[in-house]
Amino acid sequence: MAWYVGRRVLQMIPVFFGATLLVYALVFLLPGDPIAALGGNRPLAPGVAAQLRHQYHLDESFFQQYLTYLKGILTLDFGTSYSGRPVTEVMAQAFPVTIRLALLALLFEGVFGIGAGLIAGLRRGGVFDATLLVASLVVIAVPIFVIGFVVQIVFGVKLGWINPTVGPEASWGQLVVPALVLGSISFAYVLRLTRDSVTENLSADWVRTATAKGLSRRRVVSTHVLRNSLIPVVTFLGADLGALMAGAIVTEGIFNIPGVGHALYQAIIRGEGPTVVSIVTVLVVIYILTSLFVDLLYAVLDPRIRYV
Amino acid sequence: MSETALRAAQTRFVADLEETPLATTDQVDESTPPGGLWLEAWRTLRRRPLFIISSVIILFLIVLALFPGLFATQDPTHCELQNSLLGSTSGHPFGFDVQGCDIYSRVVYGARASVSVGVLSTAITVLVGGVIGALAGFYGGWLDAVLARLTDIFFSVPLLLGAITCMQAFPDKTVWVVALVLAVFGWPQVARIMRGSVLSVRNAEYVTAATALGASRAKNLLRHVLPNAIAPVIVIATVSLGAFIGAEATLSFLGIGLNPATTVSWGGDINQAQNVLRSNPSVLLYPAAALSLTVLSFIMLGDAVREALDPKSRKR
Repeated sequence: MAWYVGRRVLQMIPVFFGATLLVYALVFLLPGDPIAALGGNRPLAPGVAAQLRHQYHLDESFFQQYLTYLKGILTLDFGTSYSGRPVTEVMAQAFPVTIRLALLALLFEGVFGIGAGLIAGLRRGGVFDATLLVASLVVIAVPIFVIGFVVQIVFGVKLGWINPTVGPEASWGQLVVPALVLGSISFAYVLRLTRDSVTENLSADWVRTATAKGLSRRRVVSTHVLRNSLIPVVTFLGADLGALMAGAIVTEGIFNIPGVGHALYQAIIRGEGPTVVSIVTVLVVIYILTSLFVDLLYAVLDPRIRYV
Repeated sequence: MSETALRAAQTRFVADLEETPLATTDQVDESTPPGGLWLEAWRTLRRRPLFIISSVIILFLIVLALFPGLFATQDPTHCELQNSLLGSTSGHPFGFDVQGCDIYSRVVYGARASVSVGVLSTAITVLVGGVIGALAGFYGGWLDAVLARLTDIFFSVPLLLGAITCMQAFPDKTVWVVALVLAVFGWPQVARIMRGSVLSVRNAEYVTAATALGASRAKNLLRHVLPNAIAPVIVIATVSLGAFIGAEATLSFLGIGLNPATTVSWGGDINQAQNVLRSNPSVLLYPAAALSLTVLSFIMLGDAVREALDPKSRKR
C-alpha cells in the first residue's frame, strides 16, 4: 500500500507542473494585449504602458513569467489583478460560496442517487426502474442551463416558492435549489452507476451464499449488496467534487450566485489575465487532488487495485 | 426413507434427454457463417428499438444539417423588428424571437452548427487520442511514461473550464475554432480508453502468433491489435459527440462560443432568449428542445452500441 501511495503521489508532481504551465500558457500565450485594453479607446502614454508592463512582469520572457507565477502559487501569493485588487481577496470571497454549493450538490447526488439507484437495481425491469432510466437519460441530455432556467421560472417566478436569484450573502438555504440544478446531471449518473452495480452484485456468489445461510433480505441487501456496489459510486462522487466546482460557472450565472464561476466569468470577459489564471489553477489543483484522493480511496476499498 | 423412494429420487439425478437444454445447442443454425464481433453486434443492434429510434433521429439531423433549405423556406437571418416576439402565425409555426427572426427556420438552420462542431471535435479527438493511446499502450516503456503523463496533464483541466478559459483569445469564433478548442481538452479521455484497451489486447495469443510468424511491430499494431481494441473507443466517441454538442451550446450560451452574428446556433439563440424568458418561454423552448433531443439521441445510440459490443452488459 505504501508503495502504491508513494507512486501515485510522485506521478502527481509532473502533472501539477504541466497543468499549471498549460493553464498559464492558455491565458498568456494566446493573442490579446491586456495593458492596451486597460486604456480603453484612448492609447496609454508609452511610459505608463511600459511601467505597467514591468509591474505585471509582462516585459519578461514567458518562462520567466511562469516561474515568477509558480513561486507565487507555492507561497499562496496570487498577485494583483489589472484593476489593482489582490487576487487572493477575490478568491477568498468567491470560494466559500462555491464550496457550499458543490457540497450541497454532492450531498444531493449521494443520498438520492444512491437511494433511487438501489431501489431501481433491486427491482430491475419494473415500472420504477424503467421510469427512472428514462428520466435519468432525459436529465443527462437536457443542458444544465435549460434545467436551470426552467427551475428558475417554474419555482421562482410562476410558483414563487424560491427566490429566483441568490443574494450576495448566499446562505446554505438559498443555495439548495441551485445545488439541485448543479447536481442534477451527476445525480443521473450516480443513479445509473448504482443501479448497474447493484444488479451485478445481486447475482454474485457471496450474495447467494449470504441468502443460503439464511440472512434476512434486509441484511443481505445492506451489507452484502450495497456495500460492494458503493465502490465505483464513491469514487465517482469523489472525482465529481472537482468537476462540480469547475462546472458551477453556468449555474452561478443563472442564479446570480457570487461564487468562483461568477468571478471567473467576469474576469474572462474583462480580460483579467492574473485573476483568470489564478482561479483556473486553483480549480485544476483541486481537481488533481480529489482524483488523487479518489485513487487512494479506491485502493483502500478494493484491494485488487493495489497490485495492478 | 424407503428403498423405492430412494430409487425414485435417484432416477431424478440424471434428467431425461428431453428435459435438458442440449436440444437447443444441437439446433443452432449453421447455414450462415459466424460473423465475429462486428456482424454479431450489428445483428443485435438492428433489433433494438433504442438503436432504431436514435439512429433515425440522427440521420434526420444529418440531412437537416446538410440541406436545411429543404425544411425551411424562410431565411433565418431575415429578421424584422416589428415581428419581435409575435406568436405563431401561418408559415411561422414557432413564432418570432426578440429580433423578429422566424424561430422555426432558426431551429432548422441551427442544426448545422451543432452537428458540425460535434462531428469535427469527435473526429479530432478520436484521431489524436486514438494514436497517442495506441502508441502508449502498445510500445510501453518510456514512450508510455511520457504519453501517459501528457494525457494526465490535459485530463486535469476539465473540458468546459479549459474551453471557457481560452475561447476569449480567438477573435474569429468559427465552427473550426470551437471544435478545435473542445478537441484540445477532449482527447485525453479517448487516449486513456484506447491505451487500456490496447493493453488488454496486446498480449493476446493471436498477437503472439503473428509475431512468431514474422509480422513486424507496426503491422501487428495495425492489423491485429487496433481492430480488436477499437470497440470501446467507438462507444466513447458516440457518447462524447453528444457531449461536445452540449459543450458547444454551453459556450454559445455564455456568449463566448460561436459568433452569433455569422453563425446560427441553438446555444446562441438560447442566450438571446434568456432576457425575455419570463414573459415568452416559447422563445427558449424550441431551440432547447432541439438541442436536448440531439444530445439525447447520441447518448441513446452510445448506450445501444455499448450493449451490442460488450456482451457482458446485456441482460442476464
